[in-house]
Amino acid sequence: MAVRAARSAGFTAVLLLFLVLAGSAWTGDAHAAHNGTPTTQEDPDQHHGTNATNHRKAFPVLAFNYDHVRKPFEISLWILLALLMKLGFHIIPRVSHVVPESCLLIFVGLLVGGVIKAMDEKAPVLDSKLFFLYLLPPIILDAGYFLPIRAFTENMGTILVFAVVGTLWNAFFVGGMMFAVCQIEAARVGHVDLLSCLLFGSIISAVDPVAVLAVFEEIHINELLHILVFGESLLNDAVTVVLYHLFEEFSHAGTVTVGDAFLGVVSFFVVSLGGILVGVIYGVLGAFTSRFTSHSRVIEPLFVFLYSYMAYLSAEVFHLSGIMSLIACGVVMRPYVEANISHKSYTTIKYFLKMWSSVSETLIFIFLGVSTVEGPHNWNWIFVIFTLVLCLLSRVLGVVGLTFIINKFRIVKLTKKDQFIVAYGGLRGAIAFSLGFLLTDSEKKHMFLTAIITVIFFTVFVQGMTIRPLVDLLAVKRKKESKASINEEIHTQFLDHLLTGIGDICGHYGHHHWKDKLNRFNKTYVKKWLIAGERSNEPQLISFYNKMEMKQAMMLVESGSAAKLPSVMAAASAQNIQQQREEARQQKLLKISKTREAEIRKVLRANLQKTRQRLRSYSRHDLFMDPFEEDMSEVRFRKQKVEMERRMSHYLTVPAKRQETPSVRKVWFEPEHKVYTYDDSQSPRSGAIQLNPRPSDGAALLDGSPQGSESSAAPQSADQSERQKPSRCLSDPGPNEDEEESIFFSSR
Amino acid sequence: MGATQTRSGQEYQELAERTGFSAEQIRNLHKRFQQLSGNEDTISREHLKSIPALANNPIRKQIIEAFFDKRNQHGNELGSYEEIGFEEFLMVMSHFRPPTLRTTEEEKEAMRKEKVRFLFNMHDTDGDGKITLVEYRKVVEELLSKSGTIGQEAAKAIADAAMLEVASTNVPNMGPDDFYEGITLEHFEEILKGLEMETRMHVRFLDVSTTNVYCGK
Repeated sequence: MAVRAARSAGFTAVLLLFLVLAGSAWTGDAHAAHNGTPTTQEDPDQHHGTNATNHRKAFPVLAFNYDHVRKPFEISLWILLALLMKLGFHIIPRVSHVVPESCLLIFVGLLVGGVIKAMDEKAPVLDSKLFFLYLLPPIILDAGYFLPIRAFTENMGTILVFAVVGTLWNAFFVGGMMFAVCQIEAARVGHVDLLSCLLFGSIISAVDPVAVLAVFEEIHINELLHILVFGESLLNDAVTVVLYHLFEEFSHAGTVTVGDAFLGVVSFFVVSLGGILVGVIYGVLGAFTSRFTSHSRVIEPLFVFLYSYMAYLSAEVFHLSGIMSLIACGVVMRPYVEANISHKSYTTIKYFLKMWSSVSETLIFIFLGVSTVEGPHNWNWIFVIFTLVLCLLSRVLGVVGLTFIINKFRIVKLTKKDQFIVAYGGLRGAIAFSLGFLLTDSEKKHMFLTAIITVIFFTVFVQGMTIRPLVDLLAVKRKKESKASINEEIHTQFLDHLLTGIGDICGHYGHHHWKDKLNRFNKTYVKKWLIAGERSNEPQLISFYNKMEMKQAMMLVESGSAAKLPSVMAAASAQNIQQQREEARQQKLLKISKTREAEIRKVLRANLQKTRQRLRSYSRHDLFMDPFEEDMSEVRFRKQKVEMERRMSHYLTVPAKRQETPSVRKVWFEPEHKVYTYDDSQSPRSGAIQLNPRPSDGAALLDGSPQGSESSAAPQSADQSERQKPSRCLSDPGPNEDEEESIFFSSR
Repeated sequence: MGATQTRSGQEYQELAERTGFSAEQIRNLHKRFQQLSGNEDTISREHLKSIPALANNPIRKQIIEAFFDKRNQHGNELGSYEEIGFEEFLMVMSHFRPPTLRTTEEEKEAMRKEKVRFLFNMHDTDGDGKITLVEYRKVVEELLSKSGTIGQEAAKAIADAAMLEVASTNVPNMGPDDFYEGITLEHFEEILKGLEMETRMHVRFLDVSTTNVYCGK
C-alpha cells in the first residue's frame, strides 16, 4: 500500500516536473517580450519624475523576474528531473530488473522531448561542447581512478589489440561496405563519397565507455571480461580521435595520398602517447602536491579533481586523446595521493566522483532521448538498415578473428563464451552521437545522425536488455564476491615473488620480472618524492592490513551482530594460538580516560540509532558497505569500546560464567546486542562483574547502558591498563595529525 | 655444452610424459640447467644462490629450498636433497605449467591441488603436514624482510590475524579453550580457493613452445 502510494506520489511529482519544465521553456520565451515591464515596475522613483503622465505605481512587493535566473534555473531543473527519474526507477523494482537504467533514461528523454516538441518549443540538445567538456570527464575520471590496475595490466596486450586493431577494422569495414552500399541505385545516396563513408565508419565504430559502464555494471560479469570490454572502450579513443580528424580533414580536401596515410599513423602514436604523457605529468604533479596538504585537508579532494580535469583539457588543446590523458592521470596519481590524504578526503573524492559520474551518465542518456525527438532527421531505410547490420557483423568478425590470433599469446585463453560476451558488449553510445553532431555538412550530417542514433538505440536497448538473460543462460562466470582476506593478500604477494624467482631461475625476463623491477624503482625513488613522511616506507602488506582492520571495524559498526566475521583484529584475544596470550594482550590493551568514555558512548549512541537501508543493487553508483564512510575517530571509539567490553568479560570473569561467548576467537560476539549492566558494588579487580545480558536490539544497547557503568568502568580500565602501554591514538584527529596511524603499530 | 649430446630423444620422451612438457620445452630447460650447473649433472644450492637476479627476492631461500624438497617430486618421501639432477629440476618446474584450452575441469582441479600443495610445502618447513603459527610467522617475516625496517611486531600481528582467519573460516565452532594446531592442506586449499591457482601460478616461459631463452646471467 505504502509502495503504491509512494509510486503514485512519485508519478504525480514527476508529471508536475514535466509541466514546470515545459512551462519554463515557454515562459522564458514569453518573458523575453515583456522584459521591460518588471524593470519599470521596480524603479518607480526614476520614472515618476520624467514621465508626468505616468501616475506613481505602488512599490512592488512581489515581482517576477525570471530571466535573471533563467539559465541556472533550467540547468538545475534538468538535473533534478534526471535524478528524480533515477529515484523513480527504484520504486518500481520489477522494471529495473529487466530493463537497464540507461534504457529507461533514454525513454524518459524521449518523453520529455516529445512533450517539449508538442509545446512547439526548442529543446536543449546534446551539444558537443557540453558533452565533451562537462559531461564526459567525470565519468572517465571515475572509471580511471578506480581502475583495477592488476587486471588491466595483466590483460594489456589483449585490450590494446582489441582497441586499436579492432577499431581500425570496424571503421574500415563499415566505411568501405557502406560506400559499396551507397553505390546501389535504389538507395538514392550516391552523393556520399568514400571519404565521407569512412568518416562515418570511424564515428560509428568505437565502443562507448559510458554505455558499456552503464550496462556492464548491472550484470556483474567476471573481472576479466569486464576489464576487456571496458579497457577497450577507453583505449580506442585515440584511434577514434585520429581517424575522425584524419577523415574530416580530407573529406574537405577530397583525396588521400599515401603520405597522408603515413602521417595518420604517426599521428596515432603522437595522440595516444602524447595523451598518456600529459596525464602522467599532471598525475605526478597532483601526487607531489598532495604531499604537502597535511595542513589543509579540506581542499585535498579539489586537487585531485582539478589536476585531472586540467590533464583532460590540456590534452584536448593539442588534439591529443583526452580520455587516455585522464586515465593516465588518475592511475598515476592514485597510489601516492591515497597514501598522503586523510580518510575524510578519500571518502570525499570517492563520493564526489561517483556522484558526478552518476549525474553525468543520467544526463547524457536523457539528452540523448531528447535530441532524438528534436533533431532534424533524414531517414533512409537502406542506409540505416545496412549500417546496423554491418556494425554487428564487423564487430563479430573482428572479435572472433582477433581472439584467434590473441589466444596464441595468452596463457588464459578466451573461450567461445568469452568471445560472445566481448562481441555482444560492444555498445555504441553518446560519443558517437556527439562526434556526429560536430560534423559540418548538413545534408549528410542528418542522415548520418539518424543512422548513428538508430545504432545507439539498438545496441543500448536490444543488446543492453538481453545481455543479462544471455549471461545467465550461458552461465558466464560472475564477479566473485571479494571478501578482503589477509591470507589472499599474503599469498598474492608471495606468488608474485615466487613467480619472479622461478622466472629468474629459468632465465626468462617475463611479465613478473619487469613488474618487480618497476616496483623496486617505485619504492626506492618515486615513493620518496611523492609520499609524505614515514608512509613512504610502508610496505603494501601493512597498508593492506591496516585497511582491513578499518573495514572490519566498520562492518561491525554497520551490522551490529557479527558472530561470523573473521576476526582479524582478535589477535589480541587469540587464546587459541600458542605463545600468544600475555604478550598479545599487553600489546593491544588501551588506556581509556573517563571523558573519552563519555564521548564514546555519545558517539556510539548516535551511530546505533541511525538506521540505514542499504540498497544492494551493486551499481557502481551505490556505495554499499563503504568501509571508509564513517569518521575514523568514531571507528576507533567503537573499537575501543568493544575492546573494553571484551577485556572485561575475558579477563575479569570466571570462565564458567561466560556462556554468551562460545568462541573466544570471534571478536564481535553476541554481547554486541546484549546489554551489560555493571554493578557498582562489585570490586573492580575481582572476577565477579555481573553480566546481565538482556536481549534487546542494538539501539537500546547504549540507552540501556546505565550511567553507573561509566564510573565503575573507568576505574577498572584505569586499573587494568595501568600496566599497559597508553595508546597515542586517542588524541583528537586534528588537522595536523596523521590520521592513518593504526592503534597497533607503534613503530613505523 | 658437450654433455647435452648424451641425453637421447628417448629420455626426453619419457620426461615429457611424466611432467607434461613438450620436447622443445624440455630441451630449452635442459640448456638452462646446463648453464646453471656449469655443465655438470647436478645442481646444488650454491648454484641457485649465485643467480644475481634472485638476490633481491625476499623469499629467495624458500624458493631454493623448494627445489631440493623431496615432497615436490610427486613421491611420498620426506626430507631434502643435497643436490638435484635435471629430472628433479624438471619435476619442480612442472608445477608451473598453465592449463591449456584443452584441459578438462578435472585436470584443472588436479592442477590446482598440485600447485596449492607446492605452496603448502614451501610454508611447512618441518614437514609435519601442518603450517604452525611459527612457520606462518616466518613466511610473513620473509615477505616483509626486504621491504624496510617495519619490525617484528607487524609481521607477528599479520601472521596472527591470518591464522585466525584460517581458523575461523575452517573450524567455525571452536570452543574458547580449543587449540588450533596449524593449517592443514585442506584448510589451506579452502582459504586460497578464491585465488584460482591454476591460472595464476604459472610462468609464461613454459607455455610457448618456441621459447626465447634469454641468458639471464
